[in-house]
Amino acid sequence: MSSIPLASKPPQARSSGAPNPIFLVLGCTVFAAAAQVLMKFGAMHPMPGISLSDLSTIPAFVVGLIGNWQLLLGYTMHACNAFLLILALRDGELSMLYPIIALTYVWVSILSMHFFHDNFNWWKGMGIVLVIGGVSLMGITSRRK
Amino acid sequence: MNHTPLSSILLVLLGTVIGSFGAVFLKLGAAPLKNGLRYILNWKLGAGVALFVGSSVPFVMGLRHGELSVLYPMAAMTNVWTMIWSKIFFHEPITRGKVGALGMILAGIVCIGLGGR
Repeated sequence: MSSIPLASKPPQARSSGAPNPIFLVLGCTVFAAAAQVLMKFGAMHPMPGISLSDLSTIPAFVVGLIGNWQLLLGYTMHACNAFLLILALRDGELSMLYPIIALTYVWVSILSMHFFHDNFNWWKGMGIVLVIGGVSLMGITSRRK
Repeated sequence: MNHTPLSSILLVLLGTVIGSFGAVFLKLGAAPLKNGLRYILNWKLGAGVALFVGSSVPFVMGLRHGELSVLYPMAAMTNVWTMIWSKIFFHEPITRGKVGALGMILAGIVCIGLGGR
């Protein structure tokens, strides 16, 4: 398969003084998990109905949206997540950093047990251990380069 | 047990392919930021965000029918495509360590999906 060189600089060259991309992606996963939990709370928040064919419903919906602070904070967390991911990708390898985002599954599982009383079972426990193990192995692999 | 139609599986897989290209464009758009954060507004980053948002459309369509425990882990295929594109487009080395780590992560996501049944 022919390869297309799209990146002008090698991805390993880190900007001077820039934080470790792996730590930035770990931060991403915390923001992403917080965003998902907040958006779940926001989805449970009562909102006025909206109909695009009835324009008079739009102001009430916008006021309701502004009052839904969990939803707005959730979107803000998603934006922070995207910003950190972009900063991480600036200096790190995509193939190394992207799989680490899976750590979000772990945080969301744990937070869901706490906030939404989702039940714990051995499948979830094994999954959490495997994801943490895989992310750790990815971190060790990056140090060996 | 509910049945997961092939169309749902294909829609979710389509979402993973679109999402993986979102990651490629984010990586491409992140490169100019080496020269300063003022370069954050560029079309490649815009395309990356648009592809990520766009990937949710087939994903949500696929989730309407079928089991979440089957389709949710399938969404993790984005990781596999992304690793392939990283090799092709950015010439990143795909080491045994990376493949092993990705395998563990994918197995973990499948387990978490099974735990959600």
